[in-house]
Amino acid sequence: MATEFASDAAKQPKLWWWGAVAAAAVILGIVPTMTDISLQLDLSILFVFMLLAMSMGFLWGYAGILSFGQTIFFGLGGYAYTILAMNMGTTGLPFLMAVLLPVVFAAVLGYFMIYGQISDIYLSVITLVVTLIFEKSMRSTSGPEYVIGTVRLNGQNGIPGVPGLVLPWIGDAPLSIAGVFYLSGGLVLCVYVGLRMILTTRFGRVIVGIRENERRMELLGYDARWYKLLAFMLAALIASLSGVLYAIWGNFVAPEMFNLNQAAQVVIWVIVGGRSTLIGPVVGTGVIQYLSNWLGTVGVGQVTVVLGAILMIFVLVFPRGLLPTLGAAIAALWSAKDRKGRGK
Amino acid sequence: MKLTRRNFIRTASGALAFVSSTAALTRAGLAQAEPIRIASILDATGGLNSYSLKQIKSTAMAVEELNQSGGLLGRPIELVFYDSQSNNQLNSQYATQALVKDKVHVVMGGITSSSREVMRPVMQKFRGLYFYNSVYEGGVCDRRHVCTGLVPGQQVAPLVEYIVKEKGLKRGYILAADYNYGQIIAKWMQKFIRANGGEDVGIEFFPLDATNFAPVLSRIQETKPDVVWSALVGDAQMGFYRQYEATIGKKTIPLASTTYGLGRENATLSADENDGVVISTSFIDSLPSEAAADFLKRFKAFSGEDDYVSEYGEYGYRGVMLWAVAVRKAGSPNPDDVIKALGGTTFEGAGGTYTIDGQTNHTTMDVHVAVGNRTGGFDLVKSFSQQPPSDTQAVCDLNANPDDTKQYEPEL
Amino acid sequence: MIVTIIYLVMYSIALLTLISLGLAVIFGLMKVINLAHGEFIMLGAYVCVLCTDAGLPLWLAFLAAFVGVGLFGIVVERLLIRFLYGRIIDTLLATWGLSLFMVGIITTVFGPQARSVPLSFGNVQMGGMSFSSYNFVLMAVAALMIAVTWAILRYTTFGLIVRGTMQRADMASALGVNRNMVYMTTFGYGAALAGLAGAVLAPMTGASPNMGQFFISKAFVTVIVGGQLPLTGTISASGLFGVIDGSVSYFWSSIVGEVSTLVAAVMLLRLLPSGITGKMRSGL
Repeated sequence: MATEFASDAAKQPKLWWWGAVAAAAVILGIVPTMTDISLQLDLSILFVFMLLAMSMGFLWGYAGILSFGQTIFFGLGGYAYTILAMNMGTTGLPFLMAVLLPVVFAAVLGYFMIYGQISDIYLSVITLVVTLIFEKSMRSTSGPEYVIGTVRLNGQNGIPGVPGLVLPWIGDAPLSIAGVFYLSGGLVLCVYVGLRMILTTRFGRVIVGIRENERRMELLGYDARWYKLLAFMLAALIASLSGVLYAIWGNFVAPEMFNLNQAAQVVIWVIVGGRSTLIGPVVGTGVIQYLSNWLGTVGVGQVTVVLGAILMIFVLVFPRGLLPTLGAAIAALWSAKDRKGRGK
Repeated sequence: MKLTRRNFIRTASGALAFVSSTAALTRAGLAQAEPIRIASILDATGGLNSYSLKQIKSTAMAVEELNQSGGLLGRPIELVFYDSQSNNQLNSQYATQALVKDKVHVVMGGITSSSREVMRPVMQKFRGLYFYNSVYEGGVCDRRHVCTGLVPGQQVAPLVEYIVKEKGLKRGYILAADYNYGQIIAKWMQKFIRANGGEDVGIEFFPLDATNFAPVLSRIQETKPDVVWSALVGDAQMGFYRQYEATIGKKTIPLASTTYGLGRENATLSADENDGVVISTSFIDSLPSEAAADFLKRFKAFSGEDDYVSEYGEYGYRGVMLWAVAVRKAGSPNPDDVIKALGGTTFEGAGGTYTIDGQTNHTTMDVHVAVGNRTGGFDLVKSFSQQPPSDTQAVCDLNANPDDTKQYEPEL
Repeated sequence: MIVTIIYLVMYSIALLTLISLGLAVIFGLMKVINLAHGEFIMLGAYVCVLCTDAGLPLWLAFLAAFVGVGLFGIVVERLLIRFLYGRIIDTLLATWGLSLFMVGIITTVFGPQARSVPLSFGNVQMGGMSFSSYNFVLMAVAALMIAVTWAILRYTTFGLIVRGTMQRADMASALGVNRNMVYMTTFGYGAALAGLAGAVLAPMTGASPNMGQFFISKAFVTVIVGGQLPLTGTISASGLFGVIDGSVSYFWSSIVGEVSTLVAAVMLLRLLPSGITGKMRSGL
């Protein structure tokens, strides 16, 4: 099991990595000047989901905690932003509060689960049950009596007309489509770099150590529960950020944000991309979202058949995901060539 | 003319489009002209597809008929399909793609109110025009939005008049799906029942995935109403009609509904279960008119399917045809020109005369009260001629406030 | 009124038992969470529809669904699940893929429209109230499922082997038990129970491609709250939720009933994070 995970994560990134990050930033900067709005919108939602995938990929791949319920924080973030922004009439403060509120909830939920010493599989399952409970509860708020401040929760239909983010240093108008593109794309890059940096810190090394051998880390004097809880909260932060951006992107939130499909989709992104790297989930999200988007316009009939088959094939044939499998294949080719070279 | 694979091409963005065969276009003298484009965003897959599939076909049929008869303004029509997979986020993405990338002149589709509410802001942003061909809870006041389906004021009033006034079934027990549509239509039922001298003795909502109706069936028996009113929606809640027949039965307490038939319940349930349900609707397959029979014949020839078409099936055709009339009137397919021409646009359709009301962009139409029969269809009982969308008219005036985009909820 | 409440509670318990037992057997005995459970139920419903359409009597349709979906379960185990033992998460993902796949395939083959089994059972009168007779059939089948499962596990050699494998898989292997065979049969039996549940539900709910989703969350919560022991867990969790749902739905409304079961589930999971039977070492 342990060999599935990358072992060099704790090292400082190399120069080429910084080069790649810089190149990504430049590409991100020029895309809106060269493309139409529709593509920017498609890419923005991709970025939003990439954040969500990263939150789960980080927690699973590096802290060894499989939370099926990252959608809890995704949904809570979206709803919190919507309700706060519509009540307060501003968007800046609600943005910050909405990103942080789900983290508080994560602290409570995580405390009960992690300090309750329940087994890994139960942690996965309880997070899934909690997100289903949120979905059910939000669905049953259609009546006019379910109001927070001035905002009707609207049950099944969700809340339309979520205000766009107004950044005071840019102007009084809500962020344009290109603005949302920059914001979400920029955040993907920041979170990616941030997580990569965190892994090189003491905290990062400790959580990886706990993943490898929890008992040993405890014997070394680390309180594993505390570190796991911190990792859980960090992942919740990223997921709620993603949820807030989702609300800003589409100007709506709905109970589907919590549902089984959404929750499972996150797992698919991560598993297809591969959880042993931070970039894997990002790539997985891109591939799967593009695919389902494209399938919806080409009329193949039942999109779910294709997605379901992909999932089964990946679990059976490429359980480590796209990127690690590709990586291993390239490495194998490389060493084969090397040996051949030496043989001459 | 049959729907074949050759009718489909890819647009520049990779989306699937329906076009009439080159031979047909050449015959109509349209082969050279720049096409006018219609987007159809409906759920071919996912939980809502039973409402969508017939509508997708009737939309294509309308396009085919327009092309066969000379196109619009001397130009052929191309229909671009998007499968929103019962997922609102895709509704939002595809609506944008349709307007921005595929440059369509009108967007048709959306089944649920939530899908409509995510698409309407997109229409505002990119100055599009949107036809929502569905029954809904009413109150949308937006000049870029046209609803060609029934709203509560049109649908509930005739049904209540028939049940409460003519049949004398005064005490009613209301059951509805627990979301906006159900909540609001239940209020309208209450209002009209009371206004007609009746009494609502119970009201209850159910989650859309509810399958166990035993508790409410017990309560209904204890309350002993004269009639049960249903606004239940979807496959899961269809189970109610089975359990009702097995427990109480329409012979004991009759059943009236505003939603029965929309999901083609009549074609799914057994003869006993379908027999006797009273509905109000703007179209049933067995409407005794020349126009309805002719529409069914053409639909069968076009789609190759001969099962029940339903109101939602007819909506797709109606939406395209009403829009086409408005385009001819405007002399241009551009959304802003068509919007100016919408008021008073009339089309003689399969369910009667449809006229777009310029004050609300909703549609005045005939409403038919019908009773389910033992052969999976309905028998017409009574038609109420030209019912206006009165509930929405009471709160919305686009002539006075053209920039309004709100959805109003009735104060009852 | 007392009669009505008892009836509603029993009926709620029966429904929950029906939809959960197959999932509980597979989870309890194999530690595999079968996310395609809802689709196994759906498949059972379709088998029932096809059989009654072909003119078979209803009980034969039930049997066909039990056997048919059971065989399908064995095929799934051979082609998919058996490669994934010991990889709990991967089985979860694979069965989720299977669930999507089955929904798509069934929609393609049978169309999106729901199908019906005509219900010709009529009703019975008790204390001035009428109750659907079929609901009693449903309760009887649920009781039968519990009884048969219990008898198999308690009295047959197979049951003994399964229990042994469940408690100490390594020891059972060392004693020469063919683990593959045990797992395959267990998975098949769990699938068969789901298929039977679907067939029994079909006359009430019909059969439609997406119907699995109506049940999966409920079954899932019931099994998790029940914990690892398939029978004790399912019976206690269904019992608890059934009492809450049945009585609250009667006194208030179905929505309040549903919400209160969820609240109860959250509270229980807080108190007993591994379910009601999570701490029990042995038993069924």
